[in-house]
Amino acid sequence: MVGGVGRKEDRKTAYDAGMMKIAYYPGCTLKTTARSFEKSVIASYRVLGIEYIELEKWTCCGTYFSLAKDDLVHHIASIRNLIRVKEAGYDRVVAPCSMCYNTLKMANEEVRNDEEKAYRINSFMDEEEDYRGDVEVLHPFDLLREVGMDRVRGAVKKPLEGLKVMPYYGCMLVRPEIAALGKGELPGIMEDLIKALGGVPVYTPYNIECCGSYHVVSNPDFVMARARDIAKKAVMEGAEVIITSCPLCHYNLDRMQLEAKRKWKDFKEIPAIYFSQLMAIAFGLGKKDIALDGNYVDPRPLFEAKGLV
Amino acid sequence: MRVKVGGEEEEIVAKVEEISGQNIMLCYQCGQCSASCPMADYMDLIPSRVMKMLQLGMVDDVFKANTMWICATCLKCSVMCPKDIDVAAVMEALRQIVLRRNEEYLSLGKISKDRIEELPQIALIASARKMTP
Repeated sequence: MVGGVGRKEDRKTAYDAGMMKIAYYPGCTLKTTARSFEKSVIASYRVLGIEYIELEKWTCCGTYFSLAKDDLVHHIASIRNLIRVKEAGYDRVVAPCSMCYNTLKMANEEVRNDEEKAYRINSFMDEEEDYRGDVEVLHPFDLLREVGMDRVRGAVKKPLEGLKVMPYYGCMLVRPEIAALGKGELPGIMEDLIKALGGVPVYTPYNIECCGSYHVVSNPDFVMARARDIAKKAVMEGAEVIITSCPLCHYNLDRMQLEAKRKWKDFKEIPAIYFSQLMAIAFGLGKKDIALDGNYVDPRPLFEAKGLV
Repeated sequence: MRVKVGGEEEEIVAKVEEISGQNIMLCYQCGQCSASCPMADYMDLIPSRVMKMLQLGMVDDVFKANTMWICATCLKCSVMCPKDIDVAAVMEALRQIVLRRNEEYLSLGKISKDRIEELPQIALIASARKMTP
């Protein structure tokens, strides 16, 4: 299977042939509230010669990696999904949702680095082959590094013409270090992507800060205040749009701005979209692939005014 | 040297250390965890104070406070700690001790159907994982 194998030379052949296949783990949210993410990430990566092949069988990853050292049962769902990747003949999997990516990668590292835990997890699972951590968990940003920004630049049909974009990483792509996209605090990959698409990255104090996460369920007021702070700084620093790769950050930033507007009349909204939607826009893809219609703070007026969609 | 408090408190602090895999005594109260915490404003006790109170065996006050439930597991405290204490794991251990007694902080049944339909699954599942047994 082309591209399903781990050897670098084979991957290079697949890239040169224009279609590198990779196992794709969607996770629950990309199939429901984040459908715009799924559509745009599949379409925009196809332009780069990367074909996402969805796993036939997958389950929830567990959402959050358990930090309790004696809690192995919550890693089982992640490990089973990684075994599904192997069963499908792949040794690499891409998980666009930041939370899935973090959870799968952390569980993978746990098995790789702790023999005793690996033994206990494998003993617990009856039906599956033993798992040794031999699948590589990737985020779409890892694939961008692999193809290189020259290929991204080459795919741009509608340059963003200096559009000011805040790259919002949130937590799960940058912490902890073992799961982080890069060493050091800022991975820099979103900034590189924005530049390659013709935009200008905007630095704010909130680019790698928490959005309030799952507290939107139990304490939505905290998250509303968080969304206000993040959006306010983005606007103050001149950003026109926020991009993210986490469906929960996206919901919190997008939806909670409506609440913030209700509470603070002088609050100024800023649209939040997925990074892949920005790619799809710059690659000149169709409306269905860009999928800008599902947002609470409508991003369409911004892009229409600039003649980008 | 641990302040000798003896009895049940000592056992609970030992349990926190066991579940989190962290040595609570390493904390020297620099406050980086609390300064970087995005949720500290809403906590009864800031994270560094929880660390100090655990060192002193004041577990009742720690469990009465909302701190562990307000923690959003963003891991900022853990990366900021100069003593490499995974403070977020300490919060996880505190939550686990309560949840393993089959007590819940969040009642998912009380969330309206409309909100459940609107919220992303990852928010619901994460809340269930962190706040229900």
